[in-house]
Amino acid sequence: MLAFIAKRMLAVIPVMAVVSIVVFLLLRLSPGDPALVIAGENADAEAVQRIRVALGLDQPLLTQFLVWLRTMLSGDLGTSIFTNLPVADLILQRVEPTLSLALATMIFAILVAVPLGTVAGATAGSWLDRTLMVVSVVGFSVPAFVLGYCMIYVFSLQLGWAPVQGFTSISKGFLPFLRTIALPTVTLGLAYMVLIARITRASVLEMMGEDFIRTARAKGVVERLVVTHHALRNAAIPILTVIGIGVALLISGVVVIETVFNIPGVGRLVVDAILKRDYPVIQGVILLFSAVYVLINLTIDIGYALLDPRVRY
Amino acid sequence: MTMLSPQLAGEAPRNPLLGLLGQALRNPSVLVGGFIVAAIVGMAIAAPLLGTVDPVRIDPAVRLRPPSDLAWFGTDLFGRDVYSRVVYGARSSLLVGLSVAAFATAFGVLIGLVGGYFRAVDIVVMRVMDGLMAIPTFLLAIALVSLTRASIGTVVLALTIPEIPRVVRLVRSVVLTVREEPYVEAAISVGTPTPLILLRHILPSTIAPLLVLGTYVCAQAILVEAALSFLGSGLPPEIPSWGNMISEGRTFFQVTPRLVFLPSLFLALTVLGINLLGDGLRDTLDPRIAKRM
Amino acid sequence: MNARAPIVELRNLCVPLPLGGDRRHAVDGVSLSVSQGEIVCVVGESGSGKSVTAQAIMGLLPKLFARPAGAILFDGEDLLQASTQRMRSLRGREIGMIFQEPMTALNPVHTVGAQIDEVLRAHLSRPSAERFVRVVKAMEEVGLPDPERLYHAFPHQLSGGQRQRVLIAAALILEPRLLIADEPTTALDVTTQAQILKQIRDLQRSRGMGVLFITHDIGVVAEIADRVVVMKSGKVVESGDVTRILTAPEADYTRMLIAAVPTLEAARPAEPVPGPLALTVRDIAKTYSVRSAFGGTREVTALKPTSLTLHRGETIGVIGESGSGKSTLARCITRLIEPSSGEAALLGESGGKPFRRRIQIVFQDPYRSLNPRRTVGQSIIEGPMNFGMPKAEAWNKARELMVLVGLEPAALNRYPHQFSGGQRQRISIARALAMEPEILVADEAVSALDVSVQAQVLKLIDDVQKRFDLAILFITHDLRVAAQICDRILVMHRGELVEEGSVRAVFSSPAHAYTRRLLDSIPGKRMAAAA
Repeated sequence: MLAFIAKRMLAVIPVMAVVSIVVFLLLRLSPGDPALVIAGENADAEAVQRIRVALGLDQPLLTQFLVWLRTMLSGDLGTSIFTNLPVADLILQRVEPTLSLALATMIFAILVAVPLGTVAGATAGSWLDRTLMVVSVVGFSVPAFVLGYCMIYVFSLQLGWAPVQGFTSISKGFLPFLRTIALPTVTLGLAYMVLIARITRASVLEMMGEDFIRTARAKGVVERLVVTHHALRNAAIPILTVIGIGVALLISGVVVIETVFNIPGVGRLVVDAILKRDYPVIQGVILLFSAVYVLINLTIDIGYALLDPRVRY
Repeated sequence: MTMLSPQLAGEAPRNPLLGLLGQALRNPSVLVGGFIVAAIVGMAIAAPLLGTVDPVRIDPAVRLRPPSDLAWFGTDLFGRDVYSRVVYGARSSLLVGLSVAAFATAFGVLIGLVGGYFRAVDIVVMRVMDGLMAIPTFLLAIALVSLTRASIGTVVLALTIPEIPRVVRLVRSVVLTVREEPYVEAAISVGTPTPLILLRHILPSTIAPLLVLGTYVCAQAILVEAALSFLGSGLPPEIPSWGNMISEGRTFFQVTPRLVFLPSLFLALTVLGINLLGDGLRDTLDPRIAKRM
Repeated sequence: MNARAPIVELRNLCVPLPLGGDRRHAVDGVSLSVSQGEIVCVVGESGSGKSVTAQAIMGLLPKLFARPAGAILFDGEDLLQASTQRMRSLRGREIGMIFQEPMTALNPVHTVGAQIDEVLRAHLSRPSAERFVRVVKAMEEVGLPDPERLYHAFPHQLSGGQRQRVLIAAALILEPRLLIADEPTTALDVTTQAQILKQIRDLQRSRGMGVLFITHDIGVVAEIADRVVVMKSGKVVESGDVTRILTAPEADYTRMLIAAVPTLEAARPAEPVPGPLALTVRDIAKTYSVRSAFGGTREVTALKPTSLTLHRGETIGVIGESGSGKSTLARCITRLIEPSSGEAALLGESGGKPFRRRIQIVFQDPYRSLNPRRTVGQSIIEGPMNFGMPKAEAWNKARELMVLVGLEPAALNRYPHQFSGGQRQRISIARALAMEPEILVADEAVSALDVSVQAQVLKLIDDVQKRFDLAILFITHDLRVAAQICDRILVMHRGELVEEGSVRAVFSSPAHAYTRRLLDSIPGKRMAAAA
């Protein structure tokens, strides 16, 4: 068991190494002089040179990478070109709304998707199953920002149930928090929910055809327990996997949804940085998001061992 | 001495993949999805014939006009004809979607086949793919586009790179399963060289799952392109695309929501059609594909 | 015994097949009964409807079947009319069932104890301490070692035989009056099969319950049955007392089934085959290194150093249970895997032919050994064309070979799914022969086939051997098959060659303890004695 966990943790290293190389190269290998790109086309030569030295661009590529990697590993994500503030501080200021939104979305999506998917899978072909499948394909097809505007149009502009935009911290009370977070959560959560529900349905359906389901029925176990105790329990691994992979969907969604609902989170930060070409901020946020994704999936990987005795060896 | 069961005698030779495709054409999802996609493709191709005017002609005199006989969907902030822009927008979306699906599949198949069959290559390739998968698709695409000058080419490239790992993983999983099949061992034992084994015995097994994955990649690319444009980091604003239209329309969203909703409707419909097609193909061609992706 | 009132009685049971099948009913007017204290065997080949019958009694037919007609009387109550609720309360309590695949019939994520306990929880409400004692007792009864520790084990930690015992314990813990056993020993090795059969017999005797035993193996029937029902294509062909059926069968089909079972009589003379030496294998061995989490490696020996020689015209049987290393040996010799040490050398005039042309292999699974996306013709000509034969010539050859293996040449442009299992195996043989090999390796080549088809394919292999003077290495787990086709026999056990000799010598006076155990375990020895 410990060996399994250790192995999984070691596997993170090459993944993060590839991530850092790609993030590093993103800027360095772009066509043209990165310093010129950053400074903008109208900058004078002196400004360009200043940026070049500040970024260490006059050094060989490998040296640049090692220097960059060392600063990143020490927790220093660099300094924003525009605000001159440390990137880590900028992210820290913005982390609460993003974290709130992401957690609310995960809880909402999992709580809705797993039961729905299970029932649909166990009763494949029923009206509930068919409805869910139709809703799910529509849910996959509506872009989050379009859905966001629909939500704002109906619930904020027409019905006035929710504020149009903005974010209220949970420290100002749970209900005000819920009022502002509800629409973005549902908007962001729909695709994630659909993804989880579809995999849950497919996995439960597949498990329902397994021999041990027949054995359970032959033992006289009630159907509800056959579904939960045997089918869903064995479907847990694919469901967990998709919850982990879906985090990528959430991260992409956060960036868009924070713009739609004007939420001052990390997503907004990176979009602003991209429009202003504030590369240290872009790099910092991408690295952070990748690390979060890798860590969540590492946790899930280790979770496999708890769920499936065959993985523990 | 020859024996042949009676039912065999009357039966014509039937390629199993063609048989499955025939089945797929009777699947309701495939029919509905295929109809939608065909309609949108038709619209994109025949755009000049559908009563459109120049989608980029600016006319400040007719800004933000409501729908009328002259401009069926009204005009936008710059007085451009919204209907024409929506119709021409289909061209950009489909072009991006199809190119990304084609490029991602082509590169993915190549890397996946080689990686799945040769273990030494596999270890390196999979580490790189895991790393690429860990970077949020969307951020990687935004960063790539914003670094380079925005054009259809860079958008396609930026959307293709993050999709490649998905294709590679799928192809690799098929290769790993198929190469254990006795018929592959049989081919080895009759002396078939490795490249031929890959082409003849392994590659065909990837066609059905790739067809399904290809539709999803295409749908995903169209969505991401729209989201990129929406954030102002996608196709150049002079190209009429649904994402650009939504992006421009959102400033006046509370006053003229149709500027957001009309292109959104076509965007969602297109993606819905492609997804329906993909779901139907999956159900008939390879029901277990969901686990591989 | 038959005088007692039946526990279960099937009256004219019909189970319709979904439309588009090759016949209208999976089960077509079957009547049979099982009384207390007797074992009734339902025997038949694949597609006979025997398993569907068993599932219908349990009310566990897959959804694609329509509602059965007729009556299934359990203690006079018609199960076809019973409510879902009623059926659930009967299953596990009054009727127990065990299945063919002990590997997949247990839920992999729950402990085996909990899975036996589940029967108690489903039907009784008793405190957990009391249930634990009962489960441990049930595990003891089916001969599971150290039940208190094994209670907490997961299925993958148990052997196949132990898993089947767990399933038996779960099926019998509430002392049902009827046990339905659907091919419970088919997936097991022959020595394990013998133990499980004895276990079922003993439990049935001590409890006096009725057992409905589904099998395809006449040998198993001889071993365990009191009465026999022979089924074919959904219909009962004949039924009666086991001795009468085995010694004086009335129906042609029953006679054919019994005749098709290979006996242990050596079919070939014990003298050495005079042909020239075709293959020598010297100390060939295979070890795999398994990497552990901390970078260390562990060596797993699949095959200990093994030597053998094979002559033209000779068939050597390599016999062993799963994990004995017999397939590893076949793969090392054909170079499908690289041996860790030792070598296999092809002898005799090569005529400049490369290795792959001189040795060919036929695999076990007829459904997976032909590429489903290529016509059988393309599969057959692939080999010759790899070695430069022009296409037209290769097609001519393929046509000749089709005739040779007993198929119409016109079928060359069909796809594998259009053929039956036996026909596909013939095609695989044709593909191997297209290479004009000197040596043919048959890796469990007839194991997946019904006995009647098996006999035909064995005859074909025998024919082509004579015709082309082939040296054959015949890998099998079935001693009865080996007796019929082999000159010499090698017995393998845990990666090691433990005994070698002529069929007659090995079978009449086995030297190694394992060989003796293997021979003792063969089902149906009684049958040979009775006949």
